[in-house]
Amino acid sequence: MKRQKMIMISRRNIMYLLGGVASTALFSNYALAKPNLALKRIKEISKNNVEEIDLFLDVPEIAENGNQVKVSFDIDSPMTNDDFVKTVYLLADGNPAPNVAKFSFSTDMGACSATTRMRLSKTQNVYLLAEYNNGKFAMTKSKVKVTIGGCGG
Amino acid sequence: MSKIKPRGKVPKKASVDEIIEIKTLIRHPMHSGRMKDKNGKNIPKRIINKFLVKFNGKQVFVMDLEPSISTNPYIAFPFKAKETGTFDFEWTDDNGEKYTMSRKMTVS
Repeated sequence: MKRQKMIMISRRNIMYLLGGVASTALFSNYALAKPNLALKRIKEISKNNVEEIDLFLDVPEIAENGNQVKVSFDIDSPMTNDDFVKTVYLLADGNPAPNVAKFSFSTDMGACSATTRMRLSKTQNVYLLAEYNNGKFAMTKSKVKVTIGGCGG
Repeated sequence: MSKIKPRGKVPKKASVDEIIEIKTLIRHPMHSGRMKDKNGKNIPKRIINKFLVKFNGKQVFVMDLEPSISTNPYIAFPFKAKETGTFDFEWTDDNGEKYTMSRKMTVS
């Protein structure tokens, strides 16, 4: 009789345990879904006032080596004192840190473009956020498939 | 470690209102702080965190770099030629060191 009771309890315990495991698995799934830090950062910079348009962001579709990925952008702007691009941010959502670079332009440059090389740790989206002198923001994104990651570790 | 050496390419001559492209490269390891050496020890973070360009003393372009920028950072950017002058480039290291370079350009 005593033994029977013990089995009953343990069976009940197992049910509880299974339930517990199932629920933690369910919740941890949500918890593990990493928040998109790059988008969060974009919202922070632009104070949630950003328009998604098609800026020219040139990144390779497939990067064989994530250590050296060429990124270039060209934003159509007259670059006069009344109308110019003040700052351009480059962000990535799969790297350990979302910020990649910040470019501060001036009207002396005559055009708003730049080229650099960045690291990509895995397949991810690269974001370009432009801040105009009138306070408007525009962004675009492009997905890069990475064969060999390039953030070390 | 190899010596940190800046390099740059600026056209020697340009015509008025021509948009020229300036290319720069600096030899620098850009340790992100996440890489490990042969003994499995973390290499401390050491990157170029700022790149600044002046033309005839006036600041024209600034770039803030983060660890996500590759080793030997390459930066290319445009400039509208208006007058003859000198470009001063300056890279700032995490350890406070500054690497500079200047290039002349004649505008006719």
